[in-house]
Amino acid sequence: MEHLDITLDTAFFVAWFEDVARTVRLHRDRLIELDAAIGDADHGANLDRGLSEVRAALAGWPPTSPIQVLVSAGTTLIRRVGGASGPLYGSLFRSMGKALEPPVTLAGFAAAFDAGVVAVERLGKAAPGDKTMVDALVPAARALALAVRDGVAAPEAFALAGRAAEDGARATVPLQARKGRASYLGGRSVGHEDPGAASSALIVGSLATVASGLRQVPGDT
Amino acid sequence: MKKLINAAETAVDDALAGMAAAHPSLRVRDRVVYRASGPRAGKVGLVSGGGSGHEPLHAGFVGYGMLDAACPGEVFTSPVPDQIIEATAAVDGGAGVLHIVKNYTGDVLNFEMAAELCEDVEVASVLVDDDVAVQDSLYTAGRRGTGATLFVEKIAGALAEEGAPLAGVAAVAAAVDERSRSFGVALTSCTTPAAGKPTFDLPEGEVELGIGIHGEPGRTRVALASARELAGVAMDAIHRDLPLEGDLLVLLNGMGGTPLMELYVAFGEVESYIRGKGARVARSLVGNYVTSLDMQGFSVTICRLDDTLTRLWDAPVETPGLRWGR
Repeated sequence: MEHLDITLDTAFFVAWFEDVARTVRLHRDRLIELDAAIGDADHGANLDRGLSEVRAALAGWPPTSPIQVLVSAGTTLIRRVGGASGPLYGSLFRSMGKALEPPVTLAGFAAAFDAGVVAVERLGKAAPGDKTMVDALVPAARALALAVRDGVAAPEAFALAGRAAEDGARATVPLQARKGRASYLGGRSVGHEDPGAASSALIVGSLATVASGLRQVPGDT
Repeated sequence: MKKLINAAETAVDDALAGMAAAHPSLRVRDRVVYRASGPRAGKVGLVSGGGSGHEPLHAGFVGYGMLDAACPGEVFTSPVPDQIIEATAAVDGGAGVLHIVKNYTGDVLNFEMAAELCEDVEVASVLVDDDVAVQDSLYTAGRRGTGATLFVEKIAGALAEEGAPLAGVAAVAAAVDERSRSFGVALTSCTTPAAGKPTFDLPEGEVELGIGIHGEPGRTRVALASARELAGVAMDAIHRDLPLEGDLLVLLNGMGGTPLMELYVAFGEVESYIRGKGARVARSLVGNYVTSLDMQGFSVTICRLDDTLTRLWDAPVETPGLRWGR
C-alpha cells in the first residue's frame, strides 16, 4: 500500500489558527445563542475576541516553529480571553505545543493533541459526558489516534477527527451538564448543545479545511 | 434593546474611565481599579474581581475598609491572570494579599493561574459560594458566589484595616462565607451589550427562581406571584439550608432593573419572615449592589452574625458603593 506522509510545518499551524479565527467569527452568533440557552451568552464574543488577538500576535511576530505557534496562541488566549474558555483553550494549545517534536508528522500531531486534551480534562476537572468541550475533544483525539494506527493520510485523518468532534458536540444535546455554568441549571440544561463542545468542533473542523489544501507527498515509509 | 453606550466593545473601558473621573479616590490602570492612596505598609491587601455587569461589585467597593484593588473582566467574563497578577503585586504592603473569588469555573481558573504566578507575594484565597439554588455536588460546578461577596469584602476588609495578619483575614472571610446564604429571583432576563437582546425569554407573567448573577436561567420557572410569596420562596430555600436564628445581617439586593420602592416592599416581607422564625434582622442593606446589568428581580443574602462580625460590619468604610462611619 502506498503510504502518504506529510510534514506539518509552521505555515500549517498558522493557517490552522487563521481558519479557526475565521470560522469562529462566522459562527459567533450561533455560539452566543447556544451559550445564552444554558450559560451567559458570551462564549462566541469572547472566543472571537481572543482569536483576533491570536491572529494579530502571530502576524506581528512571525513564529519559526509549530511549537512557537501553539505556545504563543495558547498564551494569548490565557492572557486575553478570561472566563473558563481562555484558560482551557489556552492550556489545550500550550500543552500541545510543549508535547510537539518537529518535524511534525501526523502521528506526532495526534500524540500532542492528545496531551492537550488531557490538560483540558485535568484543568477543567471534566470527563466525557459532563457536557463540556471535552465531549468534542476526546472523540477527536481518539479518531486521530485510530487514523494514525490505520495509516490514514493526514487530510482524511483530520476529516475523521472533525466528524468525530462534531458528532461529540451534537451528542451533548441530551446530556445534563455537570461542569461549568450550565450545571447550575440542573435538568434544564438537557436539550441544548454545549457551546464549548460546539466551538471545539469548529477548532478541530478547521484542521480538515486547512489540510485539504495540503500537497500530499508520497513518503517512503 | 436600547443601551446607553458608545460601542459594545468599549463599554467596559468607557465605564471604568467614567468611574475614575467620578471618584478621585480611585485610580484605574490596565483594567485594574486601585485605591488612589496606594498600599499601606503592613496591611493585608484585598483583591477581588470578576466579570463586569455586576456594578457596584467589585470596583465600587475599592476603598478604605474594603478592597485594595478590583479586576473587572469583560461583561460576565472573569478577568485574565495578567490583571490579577498586576493588582496583587501593586497592593502588597508586605503582609500578603487575599484573593476573594466567586465560585465560577472561569473566576476560579484565572485566579488560580494568577496565584501560582505571584511568586514574590504571599497569597491566600477565599472562595465565595453562598447560592443555595445550586446543590453543591459532584454534578454541578458547586454553589455560585453572589451577594455574600459583599459581606466577605466588607468584613474581611475591616479586619485587614485593623492590621490583622493574612491568615486571620482569610479565616474571617471563610467564616463569613460559611455563615451566609443567598437565593435570587428574576422578573426579567438581562441584555448584554454584545448580544443586544435578552439572554433568555421570560414571558410576561412568569418569573425565574434560583437565578445567578449572569443572566443565566434559574432552576425553575413559575407564575408571577406577590412580593410576599416570592420573598417566601427565597427565604424558605435559605432557611432549609441554614436555619435562621439569632442576629442576622440581611442584604435585599436588586438585580439592577428593579425600583428601590419594590426592593423595600420585598425587604418588608423578608423581615417579617425572619421575625416569624424567631430570628432578628440586626443589620440590613437594601439596594442594587450585586447586579446583573438591567435584570429586574432581587436576591436575598443572610449572614448569621456574631459579636466580631457585627463589629467588623459596623466598622468605617469609604468606597463609591458603600460608605459609613468615617
